Amino acid sequence: MASLKDLRTRISSVKATQKITKAMQMVAAAKLRRAQMAAEAARPYAERMSAVLANVAGGMAGGGPALLAGNGKDQVHLLVVCTAERGLCGAFNSSIVRLAREHIHRLQGQGKTVKIICVGKKGYDQLRRQFSSQIIDLIDLRAVRQLSFGDADAIARKIIARFAEGEFDVATLFFSRFRSVIAQIPTAQQVIPAQIEGGAATSASYEYEPGEDEILETLLPRNISVQVFRALLENAASEQGARMSSMDNATRNAGEMIRKQTIVYNRTRQAQITKELIEIISGAEAL
Amino acid sequence: MAAFHFELVSPEKLLFSGDVESVVVPGSDGQFTVMKDHAPVMTTMRPGVVDVNESGSKALRLFVRGGFADVSASGLTILAEQAIPLEQLNAEDIAREIGNAEEDVSDASTDDARNAAQERLDQLRELRAALGI
Repeated sequence: MASLKDLRTRISSVKATQKITKAMQMVAAAKLRRAQMAAEAARPYAERMSAVLANVAGGMAGGGPALLAGNGKDQVHLLVVCTAERGLCGAFNSSIVRLAREHIHRLQGQGKTVKIICVGKKGYDQLRRQFSSQIIDLIDLRAVRQLSFGDADAIARKIIARFAEGEFDVATLFFSRFRSVIAQIPTAQQVIPAQIEGGAATSASYEYEPGEDEILETLLPRNISVQVFRALLENAASEQGARMSSMDNATRNAGEMIRKQTIVYNRTRQAQITKELIEIISGAEAL
Repeated sequence: MAAFHFELVSPEKLLFSGDVESVVVPGSDGQFTVMKDHAPVMTTMRPGVVDVNESGSKALRLFVRGGFADVSASGLTILAEQAIPLEQLNAEDIAREIGNAEEDVSDASTDDARNAAQERLDQLRELRAALGI
Protein backbone atom coordinates (compact mmCIF):
# COMPACT_ATOMS: atom_id res chain seq x y z
CA MET A 1 0.00 0.00 0.00
CA ALA A 2 1.44 3.31 -1.09
CA SER A 3 1.69 5.95 1.57
CA LEU A 4 -0.20 9.23 1.34
CA LYS A 5 2.95 11.08 0.41
CA ASP A 6 3.67 8.67 -2.45
CA LEU A 7 0.17 9.14 -3.78
CA ARG A 8 0.46 12.89 -3.58
CA THR A 9 3.68 12.97 -5.59
CA ARG A 10 2.24 10.56 -8.13
CA ILE A 11 -0.82 12.75 -8.67
CA SER A 12 1.19 15.91 -9.00
CA SER A 13 3.55 14.32 -11.52
CA VAL A 14 0.63 13.16 -13.67
CA LYS A 15 -0.79 16.67 -13.43
CA ALA A 16 2.47 18.13 -14.67
CA THR A 17 2.50 15.69 -17.58
CA GLN A 18 -1.05 16.61 -18.40
CA LYS A 19 -0.10 20.26 -18.56
CA ILE A 20 2.67 19.46 -21.02
CA THR A 21 0.51 17.33 -23.30
CA LYS A 22 -2.22 19.95 -23.20
CA ALA A 23 0.26 22.63 -24.22
CA MET A 24 1.64 20.43 -27.01
CA GLN A 25 -1.86 19.84 -28.28
CA MET A 26 -2.57 23.55 -28.46
CA VAL A 27 0.73 24.29 -30.17
CA ALA A 28 0.02 21.53 -32.70
CA ALA A 29 -3.44 22.97 -33.34
CA ALA A 30 -2.00 26.39 -34.11
CA LYS A 31 0.73 24.92 -36.31
CA LEU A 32 -1.79 22.72 -38.05
CA ARG A 33 -3.82 25.71 -39.09
CA ARG A 34 -0.73 27.32 -40.59
CA ALA A 35 0.37 24.11 -42.31
CA GLN A 36 -3.08 23.57 -43.73
CA MET A 37 -3.16 27.09 -45.10
CA ALA A 38 0.24 26.61 -46.72
CA ALA A 39 -0.89 23.32 -48.27
CA GLU A 40 -4.01 24.93 -49.64
CA ALA A 41 -2.13 27.93 -51.02
CA ALA A 42 0.23 25.62 -52.90
CA ARG A 43 -2.56 23.62 -54.49
CA PRO A 44 -3.39 25.94 -57.45
CA TYR A 45 0.19 25.88 -58.69
CA ALA A 46 0.39 22.09 -58.53
CA GLU A 47 -2.94 21.77 -60.32
CA ARG A 48 -2.01 24.19 -63.11
CA MET A 49 1.35 22.52 -63.39
CA SER A 50 -0.10 19.08 -63.96
CA ALA A 51 -2.65 20.51 -66.41
CA VAL A 52 0.07 22.20 -68.42
CA LEU A 53 2.24 19.11 -68.28
CA ALA A 54 -0.62 16.91 -69.44
CA ASN A 55 -1.17 19.33 -72.29
CA VAL A 56 2.43 19.29 -73.42
CA ALA A 57 3.08 15.62 -72.82
CA GLY A 58 -0.16 14.68 -74.57
CA GLY A 59 1.30 16.15 -77.73
CA MET A 60 4.38 13.96 -77.50
CA ALA A 61 3.59 10.53 -78.85
CA GLY A 62 5.63 8.20 -76.65
CA GLY A 63 9.33 9.00 -76.33
CA GLY A 64 10.26 12.31 -74.79
CA PRO A 65 13.00 13.03 -72.27
CA ALA A 66 14.04 10.36 -69.78
CA LEU A 67 12.31 12.13 -66.91
CA LEU A 68 8.99 11.62 -68.70
CA ALA A 69 9.38 8.32 -70.47
CA GLY A 70 11.84 6.65 -68.10
CA ASN A 71 15.17 5.26 -69.20
CA GLY A 72 13.70 2.00 -70.37
CA LYS A 73 14.80 0.03 -67.31
CA ASP A 74 13.02 -1.02 -64.18
CA GLN A 75 15.80 -2.50 -62.11
CA VAL A 76 16.91 0.02 -59.50
CA HIS A 77 14.22 1.71 -57.45
CA LEU A 78 14.73 4.83 -55.39
CA LEU A 79 12.42 5.38 -52.43
CA VAL A 80 12.21 8.89 -51.04
CA VAL A 81 10.72 8.46 -47.59
CA CYS A 82 9.45 11.71 -46.11
CA THR A 83 8.76 11.67 -42.38
CA ALA A 84 8.80 14.11 -39.51
CA GLU A 85 11.80 15.39 -37.61
CA ARG A 86 10.11 14.91 -34.27
CA GLY A 87 8.24 12.16 -32.54
CA LEU A 88 5.27 12.24 -30.17
CA CYS A 89 2.80 12.30 -33.00
CA GLY A 90 1.13 8.93 -32.70
CA ALA A 91 1.61 6.43 -35.50
CA PHE A 92 2.40 9.12 -38.06
CA ASN A 93 6.02 8.20 -38.70
CA SER A 94 5.67 4.47 -38.30
CA SER A 95 2.76 4.23 -40.72
CA ILE A 96 4.78 5.90 -43.48
CA VAL A 97 7.74 3.67 -42.68
CA ARG A 98 5.51 0.61 -42.67
CA LEU A 99 4.24 1.41 -46.15
CA ALA A 100 7.79 1.97 -47.38
CA ARG A 101 8.95 -1.29 -45.79
CA GLU A 102 6.18 -3.28 -47.47
CA HIS A 103 7.17 -1.69 -50.75
CA ILE A 104 10.82 -2.58 -50.22
CA HIS A 105 10.02 -6.20 -49.41
CA ARG A 106 7.85 -6.50 -52.50
CA LEU A 107 10.54 -5.02 -54.73
CA GLN A 108 13.24 -7.19 -53.22
CA GLY A 109 11.01 -10.20 -53.72
CA GLN A 110 10.97 -9.35 -57.41
CA GLY A 111 14.76 -9.23 -57.43
CA LYS A 112 15.02 -5.46 -57.82
CA THR A 113 17.61 -3.26 -56.19
CA VAL A 114 16.35 -0.71 -53.69
CA LYS A 115 17.93 2.57 -52.66
CA ILE A 116 16.52 4.89 -50.03
CA ILE A 117 16.71 8.61 -49.41
CA CYS A 118 15.29 9.66 -46.07
CA VAL A 119 13.80 13.09 -45.61
CA GLY A 120 13.34 13.58 -41.90
CA LYS A 121 15.21 11.98 -39.05
CA LYS A 122 12.45 9.80 -37.63
CA GLY A 123 12.07 7.73 -40.77
CA TYR A 124 15.83 7.33 -40.94
CA ASP A 125 15.96 6.07 -37.36
CA GLN A 126 13.36 3.42 -38.08
CA LEU A 127 14.65 2.31 -41.47
CA ARG A 128 18.29 2.27 -40.41
CA ARG A 129 17.78 -0.83 -38.27
CA GLN A 130 16.79 -2.97 -41.21
CA PHE A 131 18.08 -1.30 -44.35
CA SER A 132 21.17 0.65 -43.29
CA SER A 133 23.12 -0.45 -46.38
CA GLN A 134 20.42 0.73 -48.76
CA ILE A 135 20.10 4.26 -47.36
CA ILE A 136 22.13 6.54 -49.59
CA ASP A 137 21.20 9.93 -48.19
CA LEU A 138 19.54 11.66 -45.27
CA ILE A 139 18.04 15.07 -45.76
CA ASP A 140 17.62 16.96 -42.55
CA LEU A 141 14.97 19.65 -42.42
CA ARG A 142 15.20 20.32 -38.71
CA ALA A 143 16.64 23.78 -39.20
CA VAL A 144 13.74 24.74 -41.46
CA ARG A 145 11.01 26.63 -39.68
CA GLN A 146 8.71 27.58 -42.52
CA LEU A 147 8.88 25.19 -45.43
CA SER A 148 9.62 27.05 -48.64
CA PHE A 149 9.67 25.97 -52.23
CA GLY A 150 13.44 26.34 -52.20
CA ASP A 151 13.77 23.45 -49.74
CA ALA A 152 11.72 21.18 -51.97
CA ASP A 153 13.63 22.36 -55.00
CA ALA A 154 16.94 21.43 -53.39
CA ILE A 155 15.68 17.91 -52.69
CA ALA A 156 14.33 17.55 -56.22
CA ARG A 157 17.66 18.70 -57.66
CA LYS A 158 19.49 16.02 -55.66
CA ILE A 159 17.10 13.36 -56.95
CA ILE A 160 17.44 14.51 -60.56
CA ALA A 161 21.23 14.67 -60.33
CA ARG A 162 21.28 11.07 -59.16
CA PHE A 163 18.92 10.08 -61.93
CA ALA A 164 21.11 11.79 -64.52
CA GLU A 165 24.06 9.76 -63.27
CA GLY A 166 22.06 6.58 -63.76
CA GLU A 167 21.93 5.65 -60.09
CA PHE A 168 18.32 4.51 -60.33
CA ASP A 169 15.53 3.93 -62.84
CA VAL A 170 12.32 4.58 -60.94
CA ALA A 171 11.71 7.04 -58.09
CA THR A 172 8.81 6.91 -55.66
CA LEU A 173 7.86 9.43 -52.99
CA PHE A 174 6.46 8.26 -49.66
CA PHE A 175 4.52 10.70 -47.56
CA SER A 176 1.30 11.05 -45.64
CA ARG A 177 -1.67 12.64 -47.35
CA PHE A 178 -3.69 14.92 -45.12
CA ARG A 179 -7.35 13.98 -45.14
CA SER A 180 -8.44 15.37 -41.77
CA VAL A 181 -7.17 15.78 -38.23
CA ILE A 182 -7.95 12.15 -37.46
CA ALA A 183 -7.19 10.65 -40.87
CA GLN A 184 -3.78 10.78 -42.51
CA ILE A 185 -3.22 8.40 -45.36
CA PRO A 186 0.29 7.11 -46.05
CA THR A 187 0.80 7.39 -49.79
CA ALA A 188 3.31 6.24 -52.38
CA GLN A 189 3.66 8.32 -55.49
CA GLN A 190 5.89 7.67 -58.45
CA VAL A 191 7.70 10.77 -59.72
CA ILE A 192 10.24 9.38 -62.20
CA PRO A 193 9.14 8.52 -64.85
CA ALA A 194 6.49 11.20 -64.48
CA GLN A 195 2.93 10.07 -64.09
CA ILE A 196 0.66 12.20 -66.20
CA GLU A 197 -2.85 12.61 -64.89
CA GLY A 198 -5.72 13.19 -67.24
CA GLY A 199 -3.79 12.66 -70.45
CA ALA A 200 -4.19 14.90 -73.47
CA ALA A 201 -6.98 17.32 -72.65
CA THR A 202 -6.70 19.72 -75.55
CA SER A 203 -4.88 18.91 -78.72
CA ALA A 204 -5.35 22.47 -79.99
CA SER A 205 -2.60 23.70 -82.22
CA TYR A 206 -0.27 24.99 -79.55
CA GLU A 207 2.68 27.12 -80.38
CA TYR A 208 5.78 26.51 -78.36
CA GLU A 209 8.42 29.04 -77.55
CA PRO A 210 11.33 28.23 -77.70
CA GLY A 211 10.50 24.62 -78.66
CA GLU A 212 8.47 21.76 -77.32
CA ASP A 213 11.52 19.84 -76.16
CA GLU A 214 13.11 22.81 -74.42
CA ILE A 215 9.90 23.56 -72.57
CA LEU A 216 9.49 19.98 -71.52
CA GLU A 217 13.09 19.95 -70.37
CA THR A 218 12.47 22.79 -67.92
CA LEU A 219 8.94 21.73 -67.11
CA LEU A 220 9.76 18.20 -65.96
CA PRO A 221 12.34 19.01 -63.25
CA ARG A 222 10.01 21.75 -62.08
CA ASN A 223 7.21 19.24 -61.87
CA ILE A 224 9.32 17.02 -59.61
CA SER A 225 10.06 19.97 -57.33
CA VAL A 226 6.37 20.71 -57.16
CA GLN A 227 5.55 17.11 -56.30
CA VAL A 228 8.18 17.07 -53.55
CA PHE A 229 6.93 20.41 -52.24
CA ARG A 230 3.37 19.15 -52.15
CA ALA A 231 4.45 15.96 -50.39
CA LEU A 232 6.34 17.95 -47.76
CA LEU A 233 3.43 20.31 -47.16
CA GLU A 234 0.93 17.48 -46.88
CA ASN A 235 3.34 15.76 -44.53
CA ALA A 236 3.67 18.85 -42.35
CA ALA A 237 -0.09 19.19 -42.05
CA SER A 238 -0.48 15.47 -41.35
CA GLU A 239 2.22 15.54 -38.71
CA GLN A 240 0.56 18.35 -36.80
CA GLY A 241 -2.82 16.69 -37.16
CA ALA A 242 -1.48 13.40 -35.85
CA ARG A 243 0.29 15.14 -32.99
CA MET A 244 -2.82 17.07 -32.09
CA SER A 245 -5.01 14.00 -31.85
CA SER A 246 -2.43 11.91 -30.03
CA MET A 247 -1.78 14.68 -27.51
CA ASP A 248 -5.50 15.05 -27.04
CA ASN A 249 -5.65 11.36 -26.19
CA ALA A 250 -2.73 11.71 -23.82
CA THR A 251 -4.37 14.62 -22.02
CA ARG A 252 -7.57 12.67 -21.61
CA ASN A 253 -5.66 9.65 -20.35
CA ALA A 254 -3.87 11.76 -17.80
CA GLY A 255 -7.19 13.17 -16.61
CA GLU A 256 -8.52 9.67 -16.14
CA MET A 257 -5.43 8.65 -14.21
CA ILE A 258 -5.66 11.68 -11.94
CA ARG A 259 -9.28 10.86 -11.20
CA LYS A 260 -8.46 7.27 -10.20
CA GLN A 261 -5.45 8.23 -8.15
CA THR A 262 -7.43 10.89 -6.31
CA ILE A 263 -10.04 8.32 -5.27
CA VAL A 264 -7.34 6.01 -3.94
CA TYR A 265 -5.75 8.95 -2.15
CA ASN A 266 -9.01 9.98 -0.47
CA ARG A 267 -9.80 6.41 0.59
CA THR A 268 -6.36 5.98 2.09
CA ARG A 269 -6.63 9.27 3.94
CA GLN A 270 -10.03 8.34 5.40
CA ALA A 271 -8.79 4.90 6.40
CA GLN A 272 -5.89 6.46 8.22
CA ILE A 273 -8.15 8.88 10.13
CA THR A 274 -10.46 6.03 11.12
CA LYS A 275 -7.49 4.00 12.29
CA GLU A 276 -6.20 6.84 14.43
CA LEU A 277 -9.64 7.37 15.99
CA ILE A 278 -9.91 3.68 16.88
CA GLU A 279 -6.50 3.84 18.49
CA ILE A 280 -7.51 6.84 20.62
CA ILE A 281 -10.84 5.34 21.67
CA SER A 282 -9.43 1.95 22.55
CA GLY A 283 -6.68 3.71 24.49
CA ALA A 284 -9.29 5.67 26.48
CA GLU A 285 -11.32 2.50 27.17
CA ALA A 286 -8.30 0.68 28.54
CA LEU A 287 -7.89 3.25 31.32
CA MET B 1 -11.87 46.45 -74.60
CA ALA B 2 -12.75 42.83 -74.02
CA ALA B 3 -11.43 41.14 -70.92
CA PHE B 4 -10.05 37.64 -70.50
CA HIS B 5 -9.19 35.44 -67.55
CA PHE B 6 -5.70 35.68 -66.10
CA GLU B 7 -4.07 33.70 -63.31
CA LEU B 8 -0.68 34.17 -61.75
CA VAL B 9 0.48 31.41 -59.41
CA SER B 10 3.73 30.83 -57.60
CA PRO B 11 4.53 27.55 -55.79
CA GLU B 12 3.64 29.14 -52.48
CA LYS B 13 0.36 30.74 -53.40
CA LEU B 14 -2.14 32.06 -55.91
CA LEU B 15 -1.18 35.69 -56.47
CA PHE B 16 -3.74 36.91 -58.93
CA SER B 17 -6.91 35.56 -60.44
CA GLY B 18 -9.37 37.65 -62.34
CA ASP B 19 -10.35 39.31 -65.59
CA VAL B 20 -7.87 41.64 -67.23
CA GLU B 21 -7.55 43.50 -70.48
CA SER B 22 -3.95 42.82 -71.37
CA VAL B 23 -0.83 41.30 -69.88
CA VAL B 24 2.76 41.84 -70.98
CA VAL B 25 4.73 38.62 -70.55
CA PRO B 26 8.56 38.49 -70.54
CA GLY B 27 8.91 35.42 -72.73
CA SER B 28 12.33 33.85 -73.08
CA ASP B 29 12.31 34.65 -76.80
CA GLY B 30 11.08 38.19 -76.28
CA GLN B 31 8.35 40.15 -74.60
CA PHE B 32 4.81 39.79 -75.86
CA THR B 33 1.41 41.14 -74.95
CA VAL B 34 -1.54 38.82 -74.45
CA MET B 35 -5.04 40.08 -75.14
CA LYS B 36 -8.38 38.36 -75.54
CA ASP B 37 -8.46 35.54 -78.14
CA HIS B 38 -4.71 35.24 -78.31
CA ALA B 39 -3.56 32.11 -80.17
CA PRO B 40 -2.59 29.25 -77.82
CA VAL B 41 1.06 29.58 -76.85
CA MET B 42 3.21 27.86 -74.30
CA THR B 43 6.45 29.56 -73.42
CA THR B 44 9.15 29.75 -70.81
CA MET B 45 9.86 33.11 -69.20
CA ARG B 46 13.05 34.93 -68.38
CA PRO B 47 13.38 37.00 -65.22
CA GLY B 48 11.49 40.19 -65.86
CA VAL B 49 8.41 42.24 -65.21
CA VAL B 50 4.85 41.09 -65.83
CA ASP B 51 2.66 44.05 -66.64
CA VAL B 52 -1.01 43.45 -65.87
CA ASN B 53 -3.66 45.85 -67.16
CA GLU B 54 -6.93 45.38 -65.38
CA SER B 55 -10.08 46.86 -66.79
CA GLY B 56 -10.13 50.58 -66.17
CA SER B 57 -6.91 52.29 -65.37
CA LYS B 58 -5.69 49.93 -62.67
CA ALA B 59 -2.31 48.43 -63.45
CA LEU B 60 -0.27 45.87 -61.57
CA ARG B 61 3.41 45.20 -62.11
CA LEU B 62 5.20 42.19 -60.74
CA PHE B 63 8.73 40.92 -60.90
CA VAL B 64 8.93 37.22 -61.83
CA ARG B 65 12.00 35.04 -61.58
CA GLY B 66 11.32 32.87 -64.59
CA GLY B 67 8.68 30.21 -65.04
CA PHE B 68 6.08 29.37 -67.66
CA ALA B 69 3.28 31.18 -69.41
CA ASP B 70 0.44 29.21 -70.91
CA VAL B 71 -2.08 30.88 -73.19
CA SER B 72 -5.07 28.71 -73.99
CA ALA B 73 -8.70 29.19 -74.91
CA SER B 74 -9.57 29.55 -71.25
CA GLY B 75 -7.14 32.42 -70.72
CA LEU B 76 -3.60 33.03 -69.59
CA THR B 77 -1.91 31.14 -66.78
CA ILE B 78 1.51 32.14 -65.52
CA LEU B 79 3.40 29.64 -63.43
CA ALA B 80 6.06 31.82 -61.85
CA GLU B 81 9.06 30.47 -60.00
CA GLN B 82 8.73 33.44 -57.72
CA ALA B 83 6.73 36.62 -58.06
CA ILE B 84 7.05 39.87 -56.13
CA PRO B 85 4.93 42.99 -56.69
CA LEU B 86 7.24 45.69 -58.00
CA GLU B 87 6.55 48.11 -55.18
CA GLN B 88 7.74 45.48 -52.68
CA LEU B 89 10.85 44.72 -54.65
CA ASN B 90 14.01 46.41 -53.45
CA ALA B 91 17.59 46.66 -54.57
CA GLU B 92 18.62 44.01 -52.05
CA ASP B 93 16.44 41.33 -53.64
CA ILE B 94 17.86 42.01 -57.06
CA ALA B 95 21.39 42.11 -55.71
CA ARG B 96 20.83 38.75 -54.05
CA GLU B 97 19.46 37.26 -57.27
CA ILE B 98 22.45 38.56 -59.17
CA GLY B 99 24.78 37.17 -56.52
CA ASN B 100 23.14 33.76 -56.87
CA ALA B 101 23.41 33.89 -60.63
CA GLU B 102 27.10 34.81 -60.40
CA GLU B 103 27.65 31.81 -58.16
CA ASP B 104 25.85 29.59 -60.66
CA VAL B 105 28.15 30.81 -63.41
CA SER B 106 31.27 29.99 -61.44
CA ASP B 107 29.87 26.65 -60.21
CA ALA B 108 28.72 25.46 -63.64
CA SER B 109 30.54 22.29 -64.64
CA THR B 110 29.53 22.05 -68.29
CA ASP B 111 29.58 24.63 -71.05
CA ASP B 112 25.84 24.38 -71.52
CA ALA B 113 25.16 25.04 -67.87
CA ARG B 114 27.59 27.95 -67.86
CA ASN B 115 25.94 29.49 -70.89
CA ALA B 116 22.51 29.16 -69.34
CA ALA B 117 23.68 30.70 -66.07
CA GLN B 118 25.50 33.50 -67.85
CA GLU B 119 22.40 34.30 -69.87
CA ARG B 120 20.37 34.48 -66.70
CA LEU B 121 22.89 36.76 -65.09
CA ASP B 122 22.81 39.10 -68.09
CA GLN B 123 19.03 39.20 -68.03
CA LEU B 124 19.05 40.11 -64.36
CA ARG B 125 21.62 42.85 -64.85
CA GLU B 126 19.60 44.23 -67.73
CA LEU B 127 16.53 44.22 -65.55
CA ARG B 128 18.29 46.08 -62.77
CA ALA B 129 19.40 48.72 -65.21
CA ALA B 130 15.89 49.01 -66.65
CA LEU B 131 14.29 49.43 -63.25
CA GLY B 132 16.91 51.88 -62.14
CA ILE B 133 17.32 50.50 -58.63
